[in-house]
Amino acid sequence: MAVKMTRMTLTGNQAVALAMKQINPDVVAAYPITPQTEVVQTFSEYVANGEVVTEFVTAESEHSAMSAAIGAAAAGARAMTATSSQGLALMWEMLYIASSYRLPIVMPVVNRALSGPINIHCDHSDAMGARDAGWIQLYSENPQEAYDNLIQAVRIAEDRRVLLPVMVCQDGFITSHGLENLEVLDDAVVREFLGEYRAAITLLDKDRPITMGPLALQDYYFEFKVQQAEAMRRAPEVIEEVGQAFGQLSSRQYGFFETYQLEDAEAAIVALGSTAGTARVAVDRLRRDGLKVGLLKLRVFRPFPATRLVEVLTGKAVVAVLDRAESLSGMGGPVFTEFRSAFYDLSSRPLFVNYIYGLGGRDIGLDEFHRVGSDLRKILAEGKPRQIISYLGARL
Amino acid sequence: MPESIEVRWHGRGGQGAKTGAILLAEAASAAGKFVQAFPEYGPERMGAPMRAFNRISDEPITIHSGVKQPDVVVVLDETLLGKVPVTEGLTDGGKVIVNTPEPPEVLRDRLGLRSGQVFTVDASGIAEETFGRNIPNTPMVAALVRVTGVVDYEKFLEIMREQLESKFKGRSSIIEGNLRAIERGYREVRGE
Repeated sequence: MAVKMTRMTLTGNQAVALAMKQINPDVVAAYPITPQTEVVQTFSEYVANGEVVTEFVTAESEHSAMSAAIGAAAAGARAMTATSSQGLALMWEMLYIASSYRLPIVMPVVNRALSGPINIHCDHSDAMGARDAGWIQLYSENPQEAYDNLIQAVRIAEDRRVLLPVMVCQDGFITSHGLENLEVLDDAVVREFLGEYRAAITLLDKDRPITMGPLALQDYYFEFKVQQAEAMRRAPEVIEEVGQAFGQLSSRQYGFFETYQLEDAEAAIVALGSTAGTARVAVDRLRRDGLKVGLLKLRVFRPFPATRLVEVLTGKAVVAVLDRAESLSGMGGPVFTEFRSAFYDLSSRPLFVNYIYGLGGRDIGLDEFHRVGSDLRKILAEGKPRQIISYLGARL
Repeated sequence: MPESIEVRWHGRGGQGAKTGAILLAEAASAAGKFVQAFPEYGPERMGAPMRAFNRISDEPITIHSGVKQPDVVVVLDETLLGKVPVTEGLTDGGKVIVNTPEPPEVLRDRLGLRSGQVFTVDASGIAEETFGRNIPNTPMVAALVRVTGVVDYEKFLEIMREQLESKFKGRSSIIEGNLRAIERGYREVRGE
């Protein structure tokens, strides 16, 4: 049965900071200035007011912030940090250390463009660049989902079948600085949902002495990586279980993705984050104009839920995948290449087209979706796309 | 009362356009509406033209693009007129509310607006007189509530009092000054 919830109006940053307060982690280590977000600023007020028991460590860089979170987690603490854009880029090598030590660190990420040119606005190039770092990645459409995902992330990360770090992404400025309504759980409910943290292994357990971060050359390195891959393969069942448990608590259901008007659709649009909300309105309009189109909003990008995506998209004539990042691979954006690859083994599969959009915060509105709709109509009529990869909303 | 409205605020850095959008959203949310409030972030400088936006609806709001066709435009600083295209994209029958001591007919000419409705209120004058600072956003929010009916006025007053009391704990002259500004903004806004 769903529990009592409090209706609030918060920005995405405030919503995530509130979730962190309710999680009440043992340690938060963060770089306190730009490109840091208001998440850490708001959380530091909770620390100053004594509303959490957290040991708050201000570090001199994001590299150090992640290092401190790793040290704390290795010592058995529930550890968190938060970052954005260049901050995530500066954490790069430590991201791999966190996942290879199998430390369940949870990190809100406010997705913003990477320099250069210098830009502070939303796109997914920061998190997409980190997609191979061994972190689970959840994407959020609005402040409500950023809040809900962060709470679920702790339970997913700490599950003994997984023990992997999790990034909870939301769109910079669009939702991080946008005030919206949401419903929040009581502190006690969140605490009970997460339970008391007991680390699976810790450096401070003198009865079971262990080493973390050893040298493993040709003899063992490979096996470490295979074990990480196996943990990532076990993650889906845990993500699903936690999503269901959270759904029972809040009446808000979470899976790997969400669909809208997809069942009878001939064409599908795939989007992540806040754009999925705009796409929902666009689908209604395009349907009114006679295009049988539906939406698939991807929530979990790592691990990539290929089998489940194939199940719901098989039979569609065409799938338009929207990417808010340019891989510069010459093969389309990172979401697009994963989708295409997921369908490779099928003898009959949809046509796939890719739209790279919204880089550096370029707005995407209903006009842009109108263009996608016209293209999809043409593809349905002609049986093949004239262009596979396009830039949506760019002047070139 | 419309089912949903989109609002664009024009002001200069420091005049409280963002706070105005937030106050409106919080009041509408407390009255049971679904809301969005978001500023447009550029380089932040005192005095530079800036914009903020609201969506307010009886239904959940999923769209996350910028507001391009506002139903209501609020101009906090009349010196922006002629420099910033404040009426761009205004819907047919849309409303423009300008902070000025001038009457609406004069502003319609200055805006070069053929359709829609023009309202004026001397929000800066009211702010100076009630709490002694030229921060015109609270009387402008009240004027907006009057001309759109987006929130019931009594409910709006009650919510604003709660908000001001939690924000300015114990500083009763600021609280009462702002409440007087709100009442006057509501009462003194003029249409054609």
